[in-house]
Amino acid sequence: MATNGTALPRPLGLLAELTHRCPLGCPYCSNPLALDPRADELDTATWARVLNEAAALGVLQVHLSGGEPASRRDLVEITAAARSAGLYTNLITSGVGVTTQRLAALAEAGLDHVQVSIQDSEEKSADHIAGYDGAYARKRALAAAVVALKLPLTVNAVIHRANIARVENLVALALEMGATRVEIAHVQYYGWALKNRATLMPTRAQVDEAVKAVEELRKRHHGRIVIDAVVPDYHARFPKPCVGGWGRRSLNVTPAGRVLPCHAAESIPGLEFWSVRDHSLEEIWISSPAFTAFRGTAFLPEPCQTCERREIDFGGCRCQAFALTGDARATDPVCQLSPHHALVAELANVQEDRSYSYRRM
Amino acid sequence: MTEATISPDARPRLPRGVRLTHNEAQGGWVLLAPERVFKADAIAAEIVKRCTGEATFTDIVDDLAKTFAAPRERIAADVGAMLRGLADKKLMEL
Repeated sequence: MATNGTALPRPLGLLAELTHRCPLGCPYCSNPLALDPRADELDTATWARVLNEAAALGVLQVHLSGGEPASRRDLVEITAAARSAGLYTNLITSGVGVTTQRLAALAEAGLDHVQVSIQDSEEKSADHIAGYDGAYARKRALAAAVVALKLPLTVNAVIHRANIARVENLVALALEMGATRVEIAHVQYYGWALKNRATLMPTRAQVDEAVKAVEELRKRHHGRIVIDAVVPDYHARFPKPCVGGWGRRSLNVTPAGRVLPCHAAESIPGLEFWSVRDHSLEEIWISSPAFTAFRGTAFLPEPCQTCERREIDFGGCRCQAFALTGDARATDPVCQLSPHHALVAELANVQEDRSYSYRRM
Repeated sequence: MTEATISPDARPRLPRGVRLTHNEAQGGWVLLAPERVFKADAIAAEIVKRCTGEATFTDIVDDLAKTFAAPRERIAADVGAMLRGLADKKLMEL
Protein backbone atom coordinates (compact mmCIF):
# COMPACT_ATOMS: atom_id res chain seq x y z
CA MET A 1 0.00 0.00 0.00
CA ALA A 2 1.62 3.23 -1.10
CA THR A 3 0.76 6.69 -2.32
CA ASN A 4 3.25 8.84 -4.21
CA GLY A 5 5.89 6.21 -3.55
CA THR A 6 5.75 6.70 0.23
CA ALA A 7 4.72 3.71 2.31
CA LEU A 8 1.73 4.50 4.47
CA PRO A 9 1.50 3.10 7.95
CA ARG A 10 -1.12 0.40 8.57
CA PRO A 11 -3.70 0.91 11.27
CA LEU A 12 -3.49 -1.38 14.31
CA GLY A 13 -6.81 -0.63 15.95
CA LEU A 14 -10.36 0.19 14.99
CA LEU A 15 -12.84 1.80 17.35
CA ALA A 16 -16.27 0.59 16.29
CA GLU A 17 -18.87 2.91 17.74
CA LEU A 18 -21.83 0.63 17.27
CA THR A 19 -24.36 3.09 18.65
CA HIS A 20 -24.52 6.39 20.46
CA ARG A 21 -27.39 5.10 22.63
CA CYS A 22 -26.39 4.69 26.28
CA PRO A 23 -28.34 4.32 29.51
CA LEU A 24 -25.77 6.37 31.43
CA GLY A 25 -25.43 10.13 31.33
CA CYS A 26 -21.78 10.62 32.36
CA PRO A 27 -20.91 14.33 32.30
CA TYR A 28 -17.47 13.55 30.80
CA CYS A 29 -18.80 11.53 27.87
CA SER A 30 -16.38 11.82 24.96
CA ASN A 31 -19.08 11.40 22.32
CA PRO A 32 -19.90 14.42 20.15
CA LEU A 33 -22.64 16.84 21.12
CA ALA A 34 -24.59 15.85 18.00
CA LEU A 35 -25.29 12.13 18.29
CA ASP A 36 -26.12 9.73 15.46
CA PRO A 37 -29.79 8.68 15.78
CA ARG A 38 -30.72 5.00 15.90
CA ALA A 39 -32.35 5.11 12.45
CA ASP A 40 -28.97 5.99 10.90
CA GLU A 41 -27.01 3.11 12.50
CA LEU A 42 -25.17 0.66 10.22
CA ASP A 43 -26.77 -2.77 9.95
CA THR A 44 -25.18 -6.08 10.93
CA ALA A 45 -24.07 -7.02 7.42
CA THR A 46 -22.34 -3.68 6.88
CA TRP A 47 -20.45 -4.00 10.17
CA ALA A 48 -19.37 -7.52 9.15
CA ARG A 49 -18.03 -6.15 5.85
CA VAL A 50 -16.24 -3.28 7.60
CA LEU A 51 -14.60 -5.68 10.06
CA ASN A 52 -13.36 -7.88 7.22
CA GLU A 53 -11.99 -4.84 5.39
CA ALA A 54 -10.30 -3.72 8.60
CA ALA A 55 -8.53 -7.06 9.03
CA ALA A 56 -7.37 -6.96 5.39
CA LEU A 57 -6.01 -3.46 5.98
CA GLY A 58 -3.85 -4.70 8.87
CA VAL A 59 -6.05 -3.89 11.85
CA LEU A 60 -5.35 -6.32 14.69
CA GLN A 61 -7.77 -5.20 17.38
CA VAL A 62 -11.33 -3.98 17.29
CA HIS A 63 -12.87 -2.12 20.20
CA LEU A 64 -16.64 -2.53 20.24
CA SER A 65 -17.83 0.64 21.85
CA GLY A 66 -20.46 3.37 21.77
CA GLY A 67 -22.50 4.65 23.56
CA GLU A 68 -23.33 1.35 25.12
CA PRO A 69 -22.63 -1.38 22.55
CA ALA A 70 -25.03 -3.73 24.33
CA SER A 71 -27.83 -1.40 23.22
CA ARG A 72 -27.44 -3.17 19.86
CA ARG A 73 -29.50 -6.35 19.60
CA ASP A 74 -26.96 -7.84 17.17
CA LEU A 75 -23.90 -7.41 19.42
CA VAL A 76 -23.27 -11.17 19.50
CA GLU A 77 -23.41 -11.41 15.69
CA ILE A 78 -21.05 -8.44 15.32
CA THR A 79 -18.64 -10.01 17.83
CA ALA A 80 -18.71 -13.29 15.93
CA ALA A 81 -18.03 -11.42 12.69
CA ALA A 82 -15.03 -9.65 14.27
CA ARG A 83 -13.56 -12.92 15.47
CA SER A 84 -14.11 -14.70 12.19
CA ALA A 85 -12.28 -11.81 10.50
CA GLY A 86 -9.36 -12.71 12.80
CA LEU A 87 -9.58 -9.59 14.94
CA TYR A 88 -8.80 -9.39 18.64
CA THR A 89 -12.18 -8.35 20.00
CA ASN A 90 -12.58 -6.01 22.92
CA LEU A 91 -15.92 -5.00 24.41
CA ILE A 92 -15.99 -1.55 26.01
CA THR A 93 -19.12 -1.44 28.11
CA SER A 94 -20.84 0.54 30.84
CA GLY A 95 -21.90 -2.84 32.24
CA VAL A 96 -25.54 -1.81 32.08
CA GLY A 97 -27.62 -3.91 29.71
CA VAL A 98 -25.29 -6.92 29.44
CA THR A 99 -27.02 -9.89 31.06
CA THR A 100 -25.07 -12.94 32.20
CA GLN A 101 -26.64 -15.00 29.41
CA ARG A 102 -25.68 -12.43 26.82
CA LEU A 103 -22.13 -12.27 28.14
CA ALA A 104 -21.88 -16.06 27.89
CA ALA A 105 -23.06 -15.82 24.27
CA LEU A 106 -20.43 -13.16 23.60
CA ALA A 107 -17.71 -15.35 25.11
CA GLU A 108 -18.95 -18.24 22.98
CA ALA A 109 -18.79 -15.98 19.91
CA GLY A 110 -15.08 -15.42 20.63
CA LEU A 111 -14.94 -12.20 22.62
CA ASP A 112 -11.34 -11.74 23.81
CA HIS A 113 -11.57 -9.09 26.51
CA VAL A 114 -13.98 -6.85 28.42
CA GLN A 115 -13.41 -3.33 29.63
CA VAL A 116 -15.94 -1.95 32.10
CA SER A 117 -15.93 1.61 33.35
CA ILE A 118 -16.47 2.56 36.96
CA GLN A 119 -17.35 6.03 38.12
CA ASP A 120 -16.18 5.88 41.74
CA SER A 121 -15.28 3.45 44.52
CA GLU A 122 -18.22 4.72 46.57
CA GLU A 123 -21.57 3.51 45.34
CA LYS A 124 -23.62 6.63 45.94
CA SER A 125 -21.08 8.91 44.33
CA ALA A 126 -20.61 6.47 41.43
CA ASP A 127 -24.33 6.43 40.64
CA HIS A 128 -24.53 10.20 40.95
CA ILE A 129 -21.69 10.67 38.44
CA ALA A 130 -23.23 8.16 36.01
CA GLY A 131 -26.62 9.82 36.38
CA TYR A 132 -28.12 6.35 36.82
CA ASP A 133 -29.35 4.76 40.04
CA GLY A 134 -28.06 1.21 40.46
CA ALA A 135 -25.31 1.50 37.85
CA TYR A 136 -22.54 0.66 40.34
CA ALA A 137 -24.24 -2.59 41.46
CA ARG A 138 -24.82 -3.65 37.86
CA LYS A 139 -21.22 -2.99 36.95
CA ARG A 140 -20.03 -5.11 39.87
CA ALA A 141 -22.36 -7.94 38.78
CA LEU A 142 -21.15 -7.74 35.18
CA ALA A 143 -17.51 -7.79 36.29
CA ALA A 144 -18.16 -10.88 38.40
CA ALA A 145 -19.75 -12.60 35.42
CA VAL A 146 -16.75 -11.70 33.21
CA VAL A 147 -14.34 -13.20 35.74
CA ALA A 148 -16.53 -16.31 36.18
CA LEU A 149 -16.26 -16.89 32.42
CA LYS A 150 -12.47 -16.52 32.76
CA LEU A 151 -12.44 -13.60 30.34
CA PRO A 152 -9.77 -10.98 31.09
CA LEU A 153 -11.17 -7.81 32.62
CA THR A 154 -9.94 -4.23 32.47
CA VAL A 155 -11.48 -1.65 34.77
CA ASN A 156 -11.53 1.86 33.37
CA ALA A 157 -11.70 4.41 36.17
CA VAL A 158 -12.41 7.87 34.86
CA ILE A 159 -10.78 10.42 37.14
CA HIS A 160 -11.90 13.98 37.87
CA ARG A 161 -12.32 16.30 40.82
CA ALA A 162 -15.11 14.33 42.52
CA ASN A 163 -13.08 11.08 42.78
CA ILE A 164 -9.41 11.99 42.28
CA ALA A 165 -8.72 11.66 46.01
CA ARG A 166 -9.71 7.95 45.81
CA VAL A 167 -7.24 6.62 43.22
CA GLU A 168 -5.98 4.09 45.77
CA ASN A 169 -9.53 2.89 46.54
CA LEU A 170 -10.30 2.66 42.84
CA VAL A 171 -7.29 0.41 42.22
CA ALA A 172 -8.26 -1.68 45.27
CA LEU A 173 -11.76 -1.99 43.83
CA ALA A 174 -10.38 -3.08 40.45
CA LEU A 175 -8.37 -5.82 42.22
CA GLU A 176 -11.45 -6.86 44.19
CA MET A 177 -13.42 -7.06 40.94
CA GLY A 178 -10.80 -9.44 39.53
CA ALA A 179 -9.33 -7.12 36.91
CA THR A 180 -5.84 -7.80 35.58
CA ARG A 181 -5.57 -4.29 34.23
CA VAL A 182 -6.86 -0.91 35.38
CA GLU A 183 -6.84 2.38 33.55
CA ILE A 184 -6.55 5.51 35.64
CA ALA A 185 -8.01 7.71 32.96
CA HIS A 186 -8.06 11.39 33.74
CA VAL A 187 -10.93 13.09 31.93
CA GLN A 188 -10.03 14.54 28.57
CA TYR A 189 -11.98 17.62 27.62
CA TYR A 190 -13.89 16.87 24.43
CA GLY A 191 -17.59 16.57 23.67
CA TRP A 192 -19.70 16.64 26.81
CA ALA A 193 -16.66 16.85 29.06
CA LEU A 194 -15.88 20.25 27.57
CA LYS A 195 -19.32 21.47 28.72
CA ASN A 196 -18.55 20.30 32.27
CA ARG A 197 -14.89 21.29 32.32
CA ALA A 198 -14.89 23.62 35.31
CA THR A 199 -16.97 21.15 37.35
CA LEU A 200 -14.69 18.21 36.51
CA MET A 201 -11.30 19.93 36.63
CA PRO A 202 -9.06 18.85 39.52
CA THR A 203 -6.59 21.23 41.10
CA ARG A 204 -2.87 21.01 40.42
CA ALA A 205 -2.26 19.76 43.98
CA GLN A 206 -4.83 16.96 43.51
CA VAL A 207 -3.23 15.93 40.21
CA ASP A 208 0.24 15.82 41.78
CA GLU A 209 -1.11 13.63 44.61
CA ALA A 210 -2.82 11.28 42.14
CA VAL A 211 0.32 10.92 40.01
CA LYS A 212 2.33 10.06 43.13
CA ALA A 213 -0.33 7.58 44.25
CA VAL A 214 -0.20 5.77 40.89
CA GLU A 215 3.60 5.44 41.07
CA GLU A 216 3.37 3.97 44.55
CA LEU A 217 0.48 1.63 43.63
CA ARG A 218 2.41 0.33 40.62
CA LYS A 219 5.23 -0.75 42.92
CA ARG A 220 2.88 -2.20 45.51
CA HIS A 221 0.86 -4.25 43.01
CA HIS A 222 3.66 -5.18 40.59
CA GLY A 223 2.80 -8.47 38.89
CA ARG A 224 -0.76 -8.48 40.23
CA ILE A 225 -2.43 -5.81 38.16
CA VAL A 226 -1.23 -3.61 35.32
CA ILE A 227 -1.92 0.06 36.03
CA ASP A 228 -2.09 2.25 32.94
CA ALA A 229 -2.49 5.96 33.55
CA VAL A 230 -3.72 8.49 31.05
CA VAL A 231 -2.13 11.83 31.89
CA PRO A 232 -4.38 14.75 32.80
CA ASP A 233 -4.00 16.90 29.71
CA TYR A 234 -4.35 20.39 31.10
CA HIS A 235 -1.81 19.76 33.84
CA ALA A 236 0.80 18.21 31.53
CA ARG A 237 3.96 19.88 30.22
CA PHE A 238 3.88 18.13 26.84
CA PRO A 239 0.86 17.04 24.80
CA LYS A 240 -0.19 13.45 24.27
CA PRO A 241 0.58 11.86 20.90
CA CYS A 242 -3.12 11.81 20.16
CA VAL A 243 -4.27 8.48 18.68
CA GLY A 244 -0.58 7.74 18.13
CA GLY A 245 -0.49 10.28 15.30
CA TRP A 246 -3.29 11.35 12.94
CA GLY A 247 -4.10 8.63 10.39
CA ARG A 248 -1.18 6.59 11.56
CA ARG A 249 -2.33 3.82 13.92
CA SER A 250 -6.07 3.79 14.31
CA LEU A 251 -9.42 4.68 12.88
CA ASN A 252 -12.89 5.16 14.20
CA VAL A 253 -16.21 4.27 12.60
CA THR A 254 -19.26 6.17 13.86
CA PRO A 255 -22.66 4.50 14.34
CA ALA A 256 -23.78 5.94 10.99
CA GLY A 257 -20.62 4.78 9.18
CA ARG A 258 -18.46 7.89 8.91
CA VAL A 259 -14.78 7.07 9.31
CA LEU A 260 -12.79 9.40 11.55
CA PRO A 261 -9.09 9.57 12.43
CA CYS A 262 -10.16 9.98 16.07
CA HIS A 263 -13.47 10.00 17.88
CA ALA A 264 -13.55 13.77 18.34
CA ALA A 265 -12.49 14.66 14.78
CA GLU A 266 -15.95 15.89 13.80
CA SER A 267 -15.46 18.81 16.17
CA ILE A 268 -13.03 20.27 13.61
CA PRO A 269 -14.99 22.22 10.99
CA GLY A 270 -14.26 21.81 7.30
CA LEU A 271 -12.98 18.24 7.38
CA GLU A 272 -14.55 15.91 4.81
CA PHE A 273 -15.30 12.47 6.21
CA TRP A 274 -16.07 9.52 3.97
CA SER A 275 -18.55 6.81 4.85
CA VAL A 276 -18.19 3.04 4.72
CA ARG A 277 -21.49 3.13 2.84
CA ASP A 278 -19.70 4.72 -0.15
CA HIS A 279 -16.07 3.59 0.08
CA SER A 280 -13.95 0.67 1.25
CA LEU A 281 -12.05 1.17 4.48
CA GLU A 282 -8.76 0.97 2.58
CA GLU A 283 -9.78 3.78 0.20
CA ILE A 284 -10.82 5.88 3.17
CA TRP A 285 -7.59 5.20 5.07
CA ILE A 286 -5.42 6.07 2.08
CA SER A 287 -7.19 8.98 0.46
CA SER A 288 -10.14 10.42 2.33
CA PRO A 289 -9.58 14.16 2.90
CA ALA A 290 -10.05 13.88 6.68
CA PHE A 291 -7.25 11.31 6.96
CA THR A 292 -4.79 13.13 4.72
CA ALA A 293 -5.46 16.52 6.34
CA PHE A 294 -3.05 16.16 9.26
CA ARG A 295 -1.14 12.99 8.43
CA GLY A 296 2.57 13.27 9.11
CA THR A 297 4.19 16.42 10.48
CA ALA A 298 4.65 18.68 7.42
CA PHE A 299 1.61 20.81 8.30
CA LEU A 300 2.91 21.68 11.76
CA PRO A 301 3.97 25.25 12.53
CA GLU A 302 6.78 26.32 14.81
CA PRO A 303 7.70 25.53 17.53
CA CYS A 304 6.80 21.95 16.45
CA GLN A 305 8.57 22.04 13.08
CA THR A 306 12.05 22.19 14.61
CA CYS A 307 11.16 20.41 17.87
CA GLU A 308 12.98 17.21 18.83
CA ARG A 309 9.67 15.79 20.08
CA ARG A 310 8.01 16.25 16.68
CA GLU A 311 7.95 12.53 15.89
CA ILE A 312 7.05 11.65 19.49
CA ASP A 313 3.86 13.62 19.96
CA PHE A 314 3.14 14.91 16.41
CA GLY A 315 2.32 18.32 17.86
CA GLY A 316 -0.38 16.82 20.11
CA CYS A 317 -4.08 16.73 19.52
CA ARG A 318 -5.70 18.47 16.53
CA CYS A 319 -9.12 18.63 18.16
CA GLN A 320 -7.70 20.24 21.26
CA ALA A 321 -5.67 22.69 19.19
CA PHE A 322 -8.87 23.73 17.43
CA ALA A 323 -11.02 23.82 20.58
CA LEU A 324 -8.62 26.09 22.42
CA THR A 325 -6.98 28.20 19.69
CA GLY A 326 -9.48 28.07 16.82
CA ASP A 327 -6.77 26.64 14.53
CA ALA A 328 -6.59 22.85 14.07
CA ARG A 329 -3.01 23.13 12.69
CA ALA A 330 -1.66 24.89 15.74
CA THR A 331 0.62 23.34 18.32
CA ASP A 332 -1.58 21.67 20.94
CA PRO A 333 -1.66 24.41 23.61
CA VAL A 334 -1.18 21.78 26.32
CA CYS A 335 2.49 21.96 25.27
CA GLN A 336 4.45 24.36 27.41
CA LEU A 337 6.22 25.55 24.23
CA SER A 338 2.94 26.63 22.60
CA PRO A 339 2.38 30.39 22.38
CA HIS A 340 -1.15 29.68 23.71
CA HIS A 341 -0.06 27.62 26.71
CA ALA A 342 -1.00 30.34 29.20
CA LEU A 343 -4.66 29.76 28.28
CA VAL A 344 -4.44 26.07 29.30
CA ALA A 345 -2.71 26.98 32.53
CA GLU A 346 -5.50 29.44 33.23
CA LEU A 347 -8.30 26.94 32.45
CA ALA A 348 -6.63 24.33 34.66
CA ASN A 349 -7.13 26.72 37.53
CA VAL A 350 -10.85 27.18 37.01
CA GLN A 351 -12.83 24.98 39.38
CA GLU A 352 -16.56 25.55 39.82
CA ASP A 353 -18.99 23.56 41.91
CA ARG A 354 -21.96 23.38 39.61
CA SER A 355 -24.41 20.56 38.88
CA TYR A 356 -23.30 18.25 36.07
CA SER A 357 -24.77 18.71 32.66
CA TYR A 358 -25.59 15.04 31.96
CA ARG A 359 -25.37 13.58 28.50
CA ARG A 360 -28.84 12.44 27.43
CA MET A 361 -29.85 11.26 24.01
CA MET B 1 3.66 -11.82 44.13
CA THR B 2 6.60 -11.93 41.80
CA GLU B 3 9.16 -14.70 42.26
CA ALA B 4 12.76 -14.25 41.24
CA THR B 5 13.11 -17.37 39.10
CA ILE B 6 10.89 -19.75 37.19
CA SER B 7 10.34 -23.24 38.52
CA PRO B 8 11.67 -25.97 36.16
CA ASP B 9 8.25 -27.66 36.52
CA ALA B 10 6.22 -24.57 35.63
CA ARG B 11 4.05 -25.02 32.56
CA PRO B 12 3.84 -21.53 31.09
CA ARG B 13 0.90 -20.66 28.94
CA LEU B 14 -0.79 -17.63 27.48
CA PRO B 15 -3.71 -16.47 29.60
CA ARG B 16 -7.13 -16.18 28.02
CA GLY B 17 -7.23 -12.89 26.17
CA VAL B 18 -3.61 -13.07 25.00
CA ARG B 19 -2.91 -14.48 21.56
CA LEU B 20 0.15 -14.88 19.34
CA THR B 21 -0.66 -14.36 15.71
CA HIS B 22 1.16 -13.86 12.43
CA ASN B 23 0.05 -10.86 10.41
CA GLU B 24 1.44 -10.20 6.93
CA ALA B 25 0.20 -6.61 6.77
CA GLN B 26 1.98 -5.77 10.03
CA GLY B 27 5.11 -7.59 8.93
CA GLY B 28 5.37 -10.56 11.27
CA TRP B 29 4.47 -12.02 14.63
CA VAL B 30 2.42 -10.03 17.12
CA LEU B 31 1.25 -10.76 20.62
CA LEU B 32 -2.28 -9.45 21.08
CA ALA B 33 -3.36 -8.56 24.59
CA PRO B 34 -6.03 -6.43 26.25
CA GLU B 35 -5.76 -3.10 24.44
CA ARG B 36 -2.13 -3.69 23.70
CA VAL B 37 -0.15 -5.06 20.77
CA PHE B 38 3.44 -6.24 21.06
CA LYS B 39 5.56 -7.00 18.02
CA ALA B 40 7.38 -10.26 18.60
CA ASP B 41 10.68 -10.98 16.88
CA ALA B 42 11.30 -14.45 15.49
CA ILE B 43 13.01 -15.68 18.66
CA ALA B 44 10.31 -14.38 20.99
CA ALA B 45 7.70 -16.02 18.76
CA GLU B 46 9.58 -19.37 18.95
CA ILE B 47 9.51 -19.14 22.75
CA VAL B 48 5.88 -18.11 23.06
CA LYS B 49 4.75 -20.80 20.60
CA ARG B 50 6.11 -23.42 22.99
CA CYS B 51 4.18 -22.04 25.97
CA THR B 52 1.23 -24.37 25.57
CA GLY B 53 0.51 -25.11 29.22
CA GLU B 54 1.72 -28.67 28.62
CA ALA B 55 5.47 -28.32 28.19
CA THR B 56 7.43 -27.52 31.36
CA PHE B 57 10.00 -24.75 31.52
CA THR B 58 12.68 -27.46 31.36
CA ASP B 59 11.08 -28.99 28.25
CA ILE B 60 10.90 -25.61 26.54
CA VAL B 61 14.54 -24.78 27.26
CA ASP B 62 15.69 -28.25 26.15
CA ASP B 63 13.73 -27.99 22.94
CA LEU B 64 15.03 -24.51 22.12
CA ALA B 65 18.63 -25.51 22.93
CA LYS B 66 18.31 -28.46 20.56
CA THR B 67 16.48 -26.61 17.79
CA PHE B 68 18.89 -23.70 17.74
CA ALA B 69 22.02 -25.59 18.80
CA ALA B 70 22.69 -23.03 21.51
CA PRO B 71 24.15 -23.36 25.05
CA ARG B 72 21.44 -24.50 27.45
CA GLU B 73 22.34 -22.13 30.34
CA ARG B 74 22.20 -19.09 28.10
CA ILE B 75 18.81 -20.17 26.68
CA ALA B 76 17.47 -20.83 30.20
CA ALA B 77 18.52 -17.37 31.34
CA ASP B 78 17.07 -15.61 28.28
CA VAL B 79 13.81 -17.55 28.27
CA GLY B 80 13.42 -17.15 32.03
CA ALA B 81 13.89 -13.39 31.81
CA MET B 82 11.47 -13.07 28.94
CA LEU B 83 8.74 -15.18 30.55
CA ARG B 84 9.13 -13.35 33.85
CA GLY B 85 8.78 -10.01 32.03
CA LEU B 86 5.66 -11.23 30.25
CA ALA B 87 4.17 -12.60 33.48
CA ASP B 88 4.70 -9.24 35.21
CA LYS B 89 2.68 -7.66 32.44
CA LYS B 90 -0.03 -10.34 32.82
CA LEU B 91 0.82 -11.69 29.38
CA MET B 92 1.89 -15.17 30.57
CA GLU B 93 0.79 -17.60 33.25
CA LEU B 94 3.53 -19.54 34.99
